[in-house]
Amino acid sequence: MGGSILGNRVLRKEDPKFLTTGGQYVDDLLDEPLLKDAVHVTYARSSVAHGRILSIDTSEAAQMPGIIAVFTGADLALEPVPSAFNPAATRTLLAMDKVRYVGEPLAIIVSETREQGEDASEAIIVDYDVLEALVDVEQAMTSSVHLYEACGSNVVFDSTFLGMPANTGDAYFEGCEVVVKGRYVNQRVAPCPLEVRGAAAAWGPDGRLTQWLSTQHAQGAPAPIAAANGVDVSQVRVKTPDVGGGFGAKIGTYPEDLLLGVVAKRVGRPVRWRETRSESMVGLGHGRAQLQYITIGGSRDGKVTHYQFHAIQDSGAWVDMGTILAPFMTRPMSSGVYAIPNIECHTTSVVTNTTPTVAYRGAGRPEATAAIERAMDMFAAEIGMDAAEVRRINLIPKFMEPHTTAIGGTYDVGDYEESLNRTLAASDYAGWRKKQAERRANNDPKQLGIGVSVYVEITGGVGTGESAKVEVLEDGSARVYTGTSPHGQGHDTSWSMLASEQTGIPMDKIELVWGDTDLVPIGSGTMGSRSLQQGGNAVYSVAGTLAEKAKAVAARLLEANEADIVLDKDQGIFHVAGTPAVSKTWADLAVAEKSTGGLVHSDVIGVTGPTFPFGAHVGIVEVDTETGKVTHIAHYACDDAGTVLNPMLLEGQIHGGVAQGAAQALMEEVRYDEDGNPITSNLADYAFISAAELPSVTVIHMETPTPNNLIGAKGIGESGTIGSTPALQSAVIDAVSHLGVRHIDMPTTAERVWSAIQQAR
Amino acid sequence: MKVTITVNGTKHESEIEPRTLLVQYVRENLGLTGTNIGCDTSSCGACSLHVNGESVKSCTMLAAQADGCEVTTIEGLAKDGVMHPMQQAFMENHGLQCGYCTPGMVMASISLLKENPNPTEEEVRIGLEGNLCRCTGYHNIVKSVLAAAQAK
Amino acid sequence: MIPAPFDYKRASSAAEAIALVGEYGDEAKFLAGGHSLLPLMKLRLAQPAVLVDIARITDLSYIRDAGDHIAIGALTRHMDVEKSPIVLQHAPLLANAASHVGDPQVRHRGTIGGSIAHADSASDLPATTLALGATYVVQGPNGVREIPATEFYVGFLESALAPDEMLTEIRVPKMNGATWGFQKFNRRAQDWAIVGVAAWKRGNESGVALVNMGSVPVLATSVASAIAGGASIAEAAELAAAEAEPQSDLNASAEYRVHLAKVLVRRALESTNA
Repeated sequence: MGGSILGNRVLRKEDPKFLTTGGQYVDDLLDEPLLKDAVHVTYARSSVAHGRILSIDTSEAAQMPGIIAVFTGADLALEPVPSAFNPAATRTLLAMDKVRYVGEPLAIIVSETREQGEDASEAIIVDYDVLEALVDVEQAMTSSVHLYEACGSNVVFDSTFLGMPANTGDAYFEGCEVVVKGRYVNQRVAPCPLEVRGAAAAWGPDGRLTQWLSTQHAQGAPAPIAAANGVDVSQVRVKTPDVGGGFGAKIGTYPEDLLLGVVAKRVGRPVRWRETRSESMVGLGHGRAQLQYITIGGSRDGKVTHYQFHAIQDSGAWVDMGTILAPFMTRPMSSGVYAIPNIECHTTSVVTNTTPTVAYRGAGRPEATAAIERAMDMFAAEIGMDAAEVRRINLIPKFMEPHTTAIGGTYDVGDYEESLNRTLAASDYAGWRKKQAERRANNDPKQLGIGVSVYVEITGGVGTGESAKVEVLEDGSARVYTGTSPHGQGHDTSWSMLASEQTGIPMDKIELVWGDTDLVPIGSGTMGSRSLQQGGNAVYSVAGTLAEKAKAVAARLLEANEADIVLDKDQGIFHVAGTPAVSKTWADLAVAEKSTGGLVHSDVIGVTGPTFPFGAHVGIVEVDTETGKVTHIAHYACDDAGTVLNPMLLEGQIHGGVAQGAAQALMEEVRYDEDGNPITSNLADYAFISAAELPSVTVIHMETPTPNNLIGAKGIGESGTIGSTPALQSAVIDAVSHLGVRHIDMPTTAERVWSAIQQAR
Repeated sequence: MKVTITVNGTKHESEIEPRTLLVQYVRENLGLTGTNIGCDTSSCGACSLHVNGESVKSCTMLAAQADGCEVTTIEGLAKDGVMHPMQQAFMENHGLQCGYCTPGMVMASISLLKENPNPTEEEVRIGLEGNLCRCTGYHNIVKSVLAAAQAK
Repeated sequence: MIPAPFDYKRASSAAEAIALVGEYGDEAKFLAGGHSLLPLMKLRLAQPAVLVDIARITDLSYIRDAGDHIAIGALTRHMDVEKSPIVLQHAPLLANAASHVGDPQVRHRGTIGGSIAHADSASDLPATTLALGATYVVQGPNGVREIPATEFYVGFLESALAPDEMLTEIRVPKMNGATWGFQKFNRRAQDWAIVGVAAWKRGNESGVALVNMGSVPVLATSVASAIAGGASIAEAAELAAAEAEPQSDLNASAEYRVHLAKVLVRRALESTNA
C-alpha cells in the first residue's frame, strides 16, 4: 500500500482532549441528562472464600443516612444463570445460597452519595457456614469438596470433552536420547487497568434502558443486560465512554454491571456505580493462573522430536473466559515456532475459591509460549548447547504459505529465523555473552543474565471480520462507524488515516463513532489484537467502496462516464480525467445524495482467517547474587505484525506489552492465603510495575505482510507481552545457571532467586 | 465546614464535609473531572495535581487541608488554547494511550522538572516512581519528559 | 476509599493543638501531612472522631544549626529535609533517608514529625534518627520533655507519646564527617523497605539501625559494639540481626530478612559516602 499517510508516525488526534480536559470516563459523565439525580450503588461482598450463606442482615444498613434501599439476591428474586462453557455450573448474580470467593457480590446498597454507600456497606452482617476453601488447583482437581455440586467435580472443562486426545505419558518419549521434565507455574496476575470497573444505567421516558459501560465490547453487552433485566434486547442501548484500559478483563459483563438496570427500575432513578481499587483487585477477573507439566525429548545434536504438555488451568470460582483459553488458545499454539514433529497437549480447567479468571493480554498464548520456551531452555541446558542455537536448529523454516504444526495449529506466514537474527544482531548478543563471561570469571557479585525467546502467536482469532460504515456529510466531513472499541490503541487516528487515504478527506475532518449499540449495532469489540486487521480492514474497504460509489455520483453530476472520473485525493475533489478545473467536492456529492439516503456505505468485511505475529526478544538482567535482587537493564524486541500502519502506535503497543510481560516474569503475582483470603488486594501490596523497574525498549523493525486481509496487517497488541515474559524468566535463570540453578518459577523475586542459589550450592 | 480554595486561578468558596478528599472536591464539587482516581492506597498517582506549585496526591489530602491554597489541575495548564510544553511533549512523543494516568503523570512530570530541570533518564524513572501506567510501559512517558526538559 | 465521618479542627499553636486533643481524648488524632494517617483512614483501619490539623503551625517548620546538633521542627516536610543545605552538610544520612520516603508527591506533604510519631518500624526516618542518636522534643499539657530515640519506640505503631502530647522538634547530633550508608531494599522504588539499614561510622564509632526488622525500629547495638571492639565490618555485619525480631510476610520470610540485614549492614558500613 502506498500513500502519504499510511506507514507514517502520525500524531494522535485523541491527545489534545486527553491532555487538556482529560478523557470522559464513565465516572466523569456529570452532564448526561439521563443521569440527572442518579443514585449511587455500592456492592457488599463476601469476606469468606467458600461458605454457605445462612443469613444476610441488611436492616442496620438500610437505616443509615442517605440509604434509599438495600437489596439481596432474595429481594430481587434472582434466578440462577448457567455458565456459557459448562451449563451445569450456575450462579445467581448476587450470591444467595453459597459464596465461592472473597469479593463475590452479595448485596446492593443504594445511596444518595457514594460515601453513604461505603458507610452502610460496613453495616451489612453476613452469617456464613464456612466451608473448606480450595485454593490450590491440584488439590481442587481431586477434592470431594465441590464448588458447584451439580458439576460433580471441580474439573469444569477438559480438552478431552472436545474430543481432543489425552496425553500418552512417558512412553511417548521412548527412542529419545534426551528427555527433560519440567513443572512450571504461570502465575495468577491482575490486569490492573488504571480505570477500575464502572457503569451507569438509566431507564428513559421511552422505556428503554441506556447503560454506559467501561467495556471493550459494547455489542456483547445488550444480551446479558436484557436477560438480567427481563426485557427484550431491543430495549437496551449500551454506550461506551472513554475507557481507561481493559487488557481483556473488560471484554465481558460482570454481575455488578448487569444488576444496575434492575436497581434503577426498583428505585425509579438512574444509577451510577464505580468500584474501589481494592474491590477491583478481587472483582475484576484475573489472568494466567496455569500450572504446566512438560516433557521435552530429542537427540543430543539439538533436535527436539517430542513435546508433551499438560496445562492445568485455574478457572477461579466461575466458569468464565479463563476456563476455555487453555484448550482454544494455549493448545493450538503449543508448538510455538518450532518444527516439532510429535506434540501432545491436554488441558484441564478447574474451579477454585478464588477470583474468576478471564482473558488478560495474550490470553492463553503467553502461557503456551512460556512453556515451550522454558522447555527449550531446559533442553539446551541438558545438552550443553547455547539457548539461541537450540532454537535456531528447531525453527520452522521461513514460509509464505500456510503451515500446520503437529498439534494442528495453522500459521499464515512466518520468518522466525530472520527475526531471531535481527534481534541477536541488534542486541549485540555476542557482546553480552562476553560481558557475562567476564563477570563469571571475576566472580562478580552482580551477574548478567541473557534470555532469548522466539515466539509466534495468534491474533484475530475472535471474529471473522468487522462492520464499518463511512458517511460523508453535507459539509464534506466524514463520519466513520466502527465495530471496534478503542481504549488507548488510537483507533480514531488509525481509522482516520485509513479513511483519509481512501477518500482524500483530511484526517481532522473525520469523526470516529464507536461503542454505541444504537449507532453501531454490529461489532466484535477490541480484544485478541483483532482491531486493525479486522476493524481497520473494514474501514479501509468500506471507505474505498464509498469512494467508488462517489465516483458514480460525480459522473452523474459532471455528466461524464464513470470510468473517466478521477478522485484527486490530495484535494479531495472529483473531476473528469484531464479537466481538473471542473470538479465536485465531497460536500457537493453529499448534498446531491441527500434525498436518496445520503453519501454512505456500510458493510461487514470478512478476512481470510486469523493471523500469526511472531518475533524474538532478548532480555538482559543483572542479578545481585548476594541478595537475589533482579534488575531489568535492557530489552530488545522484534515483533513482526505484518504491515505497519503507524509505527509510533505500534511501538507504543510493544512498550506496553513488554512492561506487562516483564512484570509477570519479575514481580507481579496475585496471592491467597490457604483460607482463600486475598493478600495482594491493593496496589501497595500487589507489585504493579513502575517506571523505576523498567528499561527503555529497543524495538527492532520487521514487517512480513499477511495475505489474510487487505492491509496485510496482523495484531501487535499482545506480542510484546508474549515475547518478553519468557525472555526475562530465562535471563534470570541464565544469570545464576553457572551456580547450578536450573529453574526458578515466576515471579523471580529476590528471595526466590536467593533461595535457588542457596539450594544449588 | 467552609473552605476557600483557588483552583486554576479561580477562587471557590464551598461548604464541604471534613472528610471530603481534595480529589473529590475538584471532581465532584467543581466538576473538574480531568483528575482521576486510580487506587485507594496512595500508590498510583493518577490523582496528582499541584498545590502551591508542587505535585501532591489529591486522594491523600483533605480539601480542608487545601483551604487557602492554590491548586492547579490538568485543566489549568493550557493558556489561551496553547498547551503547556509538557502537554505538547506528551503528544509529540506518544506519551499516552488510554489517558487515565495522563493528567497525574503530566502534573507529576512538571513538578519533577521544576525541581530537577535537566534529569537523566534514571532520574526521570525514579522521579515518576509514584505514578503508575499500565498502557505505555513508560518508555514514551520518559521520552516525553526528557523532551520537555530540552524544550525549555 | 473515603474515610468515616469526623470533625475537623485547626490549631494555630502547639498549645492550642494539645488542648484540643486533650479535650477529645483518644477520639482525636493530630493531622500533619496526613500521609501516614489518611491512608489508614481511607481504608477505615483508623476512624478518629476528631482530626486536629496542626500543619499551619508555621513556627514548627524549621531546620537550624544548633551547635552540636541539628534542630528540625516536627512539621518540616521530607522534601525540605532532603534538600536542606544544613542537613546535607551535617547529617547527610538523614537527608538521604528522607529522599527515599515514598515518592516525590508524598515528600511534598509528609513531615518528619508525622513519620516519627506514627512510629512505624517499616518507615525510614524512625530507624535513621535512631541510628543517629536523635532526641525528640515533646510538648504536652504539663510542659516540654525530651525523649531519646532509644526510649521512644515501645511497640507496634506505639510510641512513648501520651495521647495528648505532640512532637515539636527532632534533634539530630551532627555527623562530623562520619561515613554513612542508607540501604533500602524493596521490590519497587515506591515500596516500603523489605529491610532497610541506616548506618554511620567514624573510626571505631558507629550507629546502625534497621528498618522493618521487628515491631519497632531496631538499634543494632551488637554491630556497633563489635566495631568498637575492633571487629572488621564484615565480622560486625554478621551480628546485624542480633537485636531484631523479623517477621515473615507477603514480601519476605524472616530467614531471608536476617540474611538481607547482614548484607545491607555490611554494604552500608562499607560505603564511603561522607
